Amino acid sequence: MANRLGFPLLPTDHTAHQEGPSAFPQAATLELRSVSKRYPGQRQPAIADLSFRVEAGEVCVLVGPSGSGKTTAMRLINRMIPLSGGDILLGGSSVLQREPHELRREIGYAIQQIGLFPHHTVAENIATVPRLLGWGKDRVAARVHELLDLIGMDPDDIGARYPAQLSGGQRQRVGVARALAADPPLMLMDEPFGAIDPINRARLQEEFLALQRRVRKTVVFVTHDIDEAIKVGDKIAILRQGGHLAQYDTPEEILTNPADEFVAEFVGQDRALKRLGLATLEHVELLSPDGIPTGGGIVARTTTVRDALSQILASGGKPVSVLDDRGGVAGVVTLDLLGTLLGGGALDEAERDFAR
Amino acid sequence: MIVAAAGGPVIPTFGSGSGSFACERANRLFCPGWVSRNWSSVLWPALVQHIVLTLIAVSIGFVLSMALALVAYRRRWLERPVLIVTSILYTIPSLALFELLVAPVGQNVFAAEVALVSYTLLILFRNTLTGLREVPAEVRDAAAGMGMGPTQSLLRVEIPLALPAIIAGLRIATVTVISLATVASLIDNEGLGVPILTAISNEVFKTELIVAGGMAVLLALAADALLVLAQRALTPWTRVKAA
Repeated sequence: MANRLGFPLLPTDHTAHQEGPSAFPQAATLELRSVSKRYPGQRQPAIADLSFRVEAGEVCVLVGPSGSGKTTAMRLINRMIPLSGGDILLGGSSVLQREPHELRREIGYAIQQIGLFPHHTVAENIATVPRLLGWGKDRVAARVHELLDLIGMDPDDIGARYPAQLSGGQRQRVGVARALAADPPLMLMDEPFGAIDPINRARLQEEFLALQRRVRKTVVFVTHDIDEAIKVGDKIAILRQGGHLAQYDTPEEILTNPADEFVAEFVGQDRALKRLGLATLEHVELLSPDGIPTGGGIVARTTTVRDALSQILASGGKPVSVLDDRGGVAGVVTLDLLGTLLGGGALDEAERDFAR
Repeated sequence: MIVAAAGGPVIPTFGSGSGSFACERANRLFCPGWVSRNWSSVLWPALVQHIVLTLIAVSIGFVLSMALALVAYRRRWLERPVLIVTSILYTIPSLALFELLVAPVGQNVFAAEVALVSYTLLILFRNTLTGLREVPAEVRDAAAGMGMGPTQSLLRVEIPLALPAIIAGLRIATVTVISLATVASLIDNEGLGVPILTAISNEVFKTELIVAGGMAVLLALAADALLVLAQRALTPWTRVKAA
């Protein structure tokens, strides 16, 4: 598939290269090695000995209560905050070897308050980093056009507007487009959907995931919302007070085997339900519809197991029929079936598939 | 009151002649004939001098305040001393300041400009600094986070966003200088203050005062309007309707 500029938009492998006329061809691995941050005059370090590795093209969510240092950890990566100790490797080379402002031009940066420049049009905002990198006028214009297309906005209409003329959700999308502008190998996103109402937030999360499937950036995503972390993360790093890494793993592993009391409490009492939200009925071996009295209604096969359970409960425990994508009855789910699945660990494999 | 010679003209400056000076002879409040006869010799040159005086004072004041504000923006501790000094300058009564400057500088246009500049500093400094400080923190953060250096951020983001406050300061400073420059005529003998002072020293004939005073007011209004237009042209984003 090609957009109207003729650039191929769908990636054929897991690099950022296929997304557009790229300055930085590959998504990069990111590695934090014994990173620490200590502010002068404070007894406790904000971050103590933090190490983890994010593979190229993965979304790593930093999550934790306030004071856990998640934003600090993120800002250490592009040197918005200077490191006190340890090292950070981007694509194998230390960020400490780079001029901070040059490093930052290679790292996409999107923050909760968005920080669009009010005196620049949407197109000029998106063009910020390409212009800093000295791209030619035509290349910048083509890139802006391409990105507005990518986030589903009309380049001719929206491009000429000022940020004050956009809705909150539109501003957020433009903020993400601006961070993507120079096709960076790494994106830093600090609670990018934090200021958006729940309905639009869910939509923006979906859009982000769809976008990420196309551009395959390495992403460090900060949030305090564990549900958001489970939804968008390939890996989740749970931080606790003082920047200690409580657990670093896939969402399903954290929900299934929380490392300690803190993690179990942080992911919540409803972690079984959250696990059900990770898989769809496509991953469930359905019961044959013969001989089972339904009455709980119908759901599509792409429904999450959690939503199917919710529907069963809402109908007073009656089994629901599941339709396949051609509209035929594929089978039936019952309360008992879901209980068995959860208890028996049969969902684990399904979750792993789904999370990819 | 000076007792005029019987039937003679009260005003010595309106020249001699017959019929056309009836208005002046009658000591009327306002004589349009005087205005048209003296436009090119008195009023127009005074207006031009006044504009030049104002432009020089506001330009120098702007450059000085901008420099001071930019330094104080980076080094917070400088804000208080600069504010104290410029406030003192601003508070000195203009007549006193003009006379004080005559001793070191002389009774000339330099003394007048030094005084006029000193009155612009407080307004321009405070407005510029406030404008810079009010740039939202997240906008500065985004600028740095995307790889702008401090100077790039200042030139491309912070100063443009401070423009409305800077131009608001320029409007106040310009109107103030146009008004004070009439008083400065006491020491520099230039500008619209000259005809005004002539009229003040005269007991009866007030046409010069009315015309020159009116011209100073119109000049201030015109300068203000020009600056408003400049702001509209330079800050289009402030006029868009919110979504």
